[in-house]
Amino acid sequence: MSEGIRPICMPKWGLSMKEGKVAGWLVDEGESLTPGDEVIDIETEKISSAVEAADAGVLRRCVAQEGDVLPVGGLLGIVADESVADADIEAFVTDFQANFVPPEDDDDEDGPATETAEVAGRQIRYLTKGEGGVPVILIHGFGGDLNNWLFNHDALAAGRAVHALDLPGHGSSSKDVGDGSIGFFADVVTGFADALEIEQAHLVGHSMGGAIALAVARAAPAWVASLTLIGSAGLGGEIDGAYLEGFIAAERRKDLKPHVEKLFSDPALVTRQLVNDLLAFKRIDGVTAALGTVRDAFAPGGAQAEDLRAVAGTVPTLVIWGAGDQIIPASHAEGLGDGVDCTVLDGQGHMVQMEAAAEVNRLIDARVG
Amino acid sequence: MARTVTYQQAINEALAQEMERDETVVIMGEDVAGGLGTDGERDAWGGPLGITKGLYGKFGDRVMDTPITESAFIGAAVGAATSGLRPVAELMFIDFMGVCFDQIFNQAAKFRYMFGGKAETPVVIRTMYGAGLRAAAQHSQCLYPVFTHIPGLKVVTPATPYDAKGLLIQSIRDNDPVIFCEHKALYTLEGDVPEEPYALPFGEANIVREGDDVSIVTLGRMVHVANEAAAALAGDGIECEVVDLRTTSPMDEDTILETVENTGRLVVLDESHPRCNMATDIAAMVCEKAFDSLKGPIKQVTAPHTPVPFADTLEDLYIPDAAAVQKAVKAVMESSK
Repeated sequence: MSEGIRPICMPKWGLSMKEGKVAGWLVDEGESLTPGDEVIDIETEKISSAVEAADAGVLRRCVAQEGDVLPVGGLLGIVADESVADADIEAFVTDFQANFVPPEDDDDEDGPATETAEVAGRQIRYLTKGEGGVPVILIHGFGGDLNNWLFNHDALAAGRAVHALDLPGHGSSSKDVGDGSIGFFADVVTGFADALEIEQAHLVGHSMGGAIALAVARAAPAWVASLTLIGSAGLGGEIDGAYLEGFIAAERRKDLKPHVEKLFSDPALVTRQLVNDLLAFKRIDGVTAALGTVRDAFAPGGAQAEDLRAVAGTVPTLVIWGAGDQIIPASHAEGLGDGVDCTVLDGQGHMVQMEAAAEVNRLIDARVG
Repeated sequence: MARTVTYQQAINEALAQEMERDETVVIMGEDVAGGLGTDGERDAWGGPLGITKGLYGKFGDRVMDTPITESAFIGAAVGAATSGLRPVAELMFIDFMGVCFDQIFNQAAKFRYMFGGKAETPVVIRTMYGAGLRAAAQHSQCLYPVFTHIPGLKVVTPATPYDAKGLLIQSIRDNDPVIFCEHKALYTLEGDVPEEPYALPFGEANIVREGDDVSIVTLGRMVHVANEAAAALAGDGIECEVVDLRTTSPMDEDTILETVENTGRLVVLDESHPRCNMATDIAAMVCEKAFDSLKGPIKQVTAPHTPVPFADTLEDLYIPDAAAVQKAVKAVMESSK
């Protein structure tokens, strides 16, 4: 009877998410959906985002209402074709609600935990999801960590192993960043892959992580199955030096927030918790110094030091940019030549992999096969 | 990497990490080593509640047991701070301030000012405060307003394990005298705390819950009472914004004014006696600087103007609870319709 009935459930965004609040439906009951349509806004303690339609169909039932708080996996709504009878949908909902068991609050085992690898004497934290295939390595940008892939990690891990790491100086990895250069970080990524005995990988890099991926491809092109460069560094000189400066210098919530807001096309996405988490990271001993070292090597005087444009296209390369990126201009995506697929997404900012996650995931999925 | 530890462990870890980092950091107080100079296990106690347990084993004579003479060892700590050490002295209960107040408010607090900025006094005085442990009138007071009154002192009142570690590290690194107030009912509270050392700046209040209807400004243990009340009030459709001061001196006036400008309604919650406390101070500041934003009168929720009772039933009545906060919030809503 549940043939053709597809539930929309509360997503799990990040390891710590237990529940989410319905901020509002973006589609009315009875409207048709195509994959990628934003269906419902969900707020969590850390982040707000929209759930997108995974399948085509009609939104037949809005089960959860605005203001409802549901555990991860809870039933939000029902998508089905016109031909499915109302009674069948009713029966599906009743059955789902009767059998649904929310994940237990104190259950630390609901999802993979982070692990630690030792690379060149440093502890590198990483999170692995999925298995098999040619693995994907996700490389975050300056000041980021593996949580920057919150909306991508699960989706990409459906068909393969996907490893997201914290670069040195970032997240929960060791704070020693060597000379802070792109070359240093590229060696860490290579060393990380060696530690995990990865023979070939697709590299997905965001911002400074894109430049790091390019540097790995320059050193070992045969090892890199493909490159995906998102709002990437290394493809031109310009970068918002004031952002880097402000991010490093900000010691308090009010000083940091305006800088973080530049990362997103919708500043409302910058929640109190997001800013607090960033401050908690920046306040750890050694972090400010590490970020300063990286900034001095990566973008001295507010311009990118390393030009890696020639590397793009030497291996299959996908470039994704938010048209409204305020940190690194989308114009760097122009004129990259043959062998480089470029997609510039209108209305998106620097954190395009978070704000337009479904679209970015589809593009990467198509690239890495 | 963050893991869950108690408020007490967070304090112990901050002390250990700063002693590791900086050899001028020393600890002194009554029983902080525990049993020093006697036969038997030398590291048995670590203070009456075991907060400094294990530090004598790691750092030896940098953890000093003192005679039961606060006037002497607080004075010694202040003097040592002016001549190169960073002492963390433990004034066991804040109620004992009376016997060493000259050392704190006439000496430590005044040196920088009276020596034309040439003297620094990087001393930390850790001290327990607060009711709820059946410790009677001389061991249960919330006397942080008294220290807050004195220019030259910084006063810190952490509410969570995360804040306790970061604020204590900042206190030790700070070059001025800091009174670090630990609520004794919070020692077993658990929370996420990074393993690495980190310093939290003074004078930045923490918005622990966001809401648009009523601001509850509070500190210390009362932060948790405010959260409990706010959760219950959300069920009635009233959204409270809860602000934890974190430090009473310096005090983050900007965040207080911003939350009042947002909600237009203010309840100040303070476990101390009602006269000349943080509640009166904040209410007066808001009246002076944000009167136009207020939609109705401010309410204060405090303990009564009596000593802390010893009888269990009376002590329970004495401590402000979530019901009292809910009542105040509803009264403020009612009077500002």
